[in-house]
Amino acid sequence: MVNKERIWELMEEVFDPEVPVLTVVDLGVVREIVKIGDSWKITITPTYSGCPAMKRIEDDILEKLAEHDVHNVSVELVLAPAWTTDWLSENGKRKLKEYGIAPPVDEVDKSVLFAEPPTVPCPKCDSKHTKMVSQFGSTACKAHYQCQECMEPFDYFKCLK
Amino acid sequence: MNTLFEYLVRLGDDSLILGHRLSEWCGHGPILEEDIAMTNIALDLVGQATSILKYAGEVEGKGRSEDDIAFLRYEREYKNALLVEQPNDDFGVTMMRQFLFDAFRKPLFEQLTQSSDEQLAAIAEKSLKETKYHLKHSAEWVIRLGDGTDESHDRVQSALNDLWRYTDELFFTDEVDADLEAKGIIFSSEELKASWSEMVKNVLNQATLTIPDNGWQHDGGRRGLHSEHLGYILAELQYMQRAYPGMEW
Ligand SMILES: [Zn+2]
Repeated sequence: MVNKERIWELMEEVFDPEVPVLTVVDLGVVREIVKIGDSWKITITPTYSGCPAMKRIEDDILEKLAEHDVHNVSVELVLAPAWTTDWLSENGKRKLKEYGIAPPVDEVDKSVLFAEPPTVPCPKCDSKHTKMVSQFGSTACKAHYQCQECMEPFDYFKCLK
Repeated sequence: MNTLFEYLVRLGDDSLILGHRLSEWCGHGPILEEDIAMTNIALDLVGQATSILKYAGEVEGKGRSEDDIAFLRYEREYKNALLVEQPNDDFGVTMMRQFLFDAFRKPLFEQLTQSSDEQLAAIAEKSLKETKYHLKHSAEWVIRLGDGTDESHDRVQSALNDLWRYTDELFFTDEVDADLEAKGIIFSSEELKASWSEMVKNVLNQATLTIPDNGWQHDGGRRGLHSEHLGYILAELQYMQRAYPGMEW
């Protein structure tokens, strides 16, 4: 019989389909694992409302557990408390950078118009001489930057609070 | 009447129809970054519509899913505000429409995070974070275009003149709002309008644009009475489900 710790371990083997270097635990998408009678309930939360990966994550979780003979599982999607980049693990931030995506840095309030975009160090050369190309990038959770030093275009995993 | 269901459909349809409108820009944006920005915002809005209409289906209790509600209603059953169904036209018109809407949705979601209805509060908390990004994006464009060249100024001024008559409707209230306000589920429309007006005046001022002084305002979307544009949107939006009922992928 598996215990809760084992289920959490198995969650570390389920990867985000859009940022495949991160597990759903690194990302903070898995919120809770509880045992109810003979079955397990796993609670997940989306990064963004329209995140198209949620259904895939749910299927991948069920598949991973089934591989290890855990079958009585339900996955529940909750919206509150709303996901924030604060839930990204330190391990996750390190893996992002190694993968070439700049991890989130603290940002000023988004209600300030024309505020200077945050200074995001280049994931390749660590230069802080970078510029934001667009606050909307290849997926909902990323902005598009370019390094002015090594010229590398890169994704920035933008801060969401 | 199930007032909460009715309200959720209004809220969800605003997201759904504007999300669909923005998605029409996919592959047609003036620059690549804006193409990506508009489709990202469309994705957020359709995602919000999914959460809201899913909850509407639960509240209604007739077994309808979010997809059933989004794709299988007739025109008169859509309750979005007329503003969001107005055509994209040029980029300036799209940004002005977006700004007038985002400036309404941000304070609305701020209010709804305090709702006595827990699920609506959760949806609002989630959506608010995204709406802040949207508002910053559209407000900055309105200022950039308004305070830009003569050409860009004239185009967004004309967009404002055309769209202004659809703005009052965002704040109209009826028995649905009165009932939910009494229950602490939604909050004062006057306060909402005050926040909106302050934001709009501030941004339009920076954009060197003039608010038109036409008194007459459109009304009807919340009762299912739409402009001629919604039918064309639905023809495209519903095509697959009408042609292949129950289709999934
Ligand atoms: Zn660099």
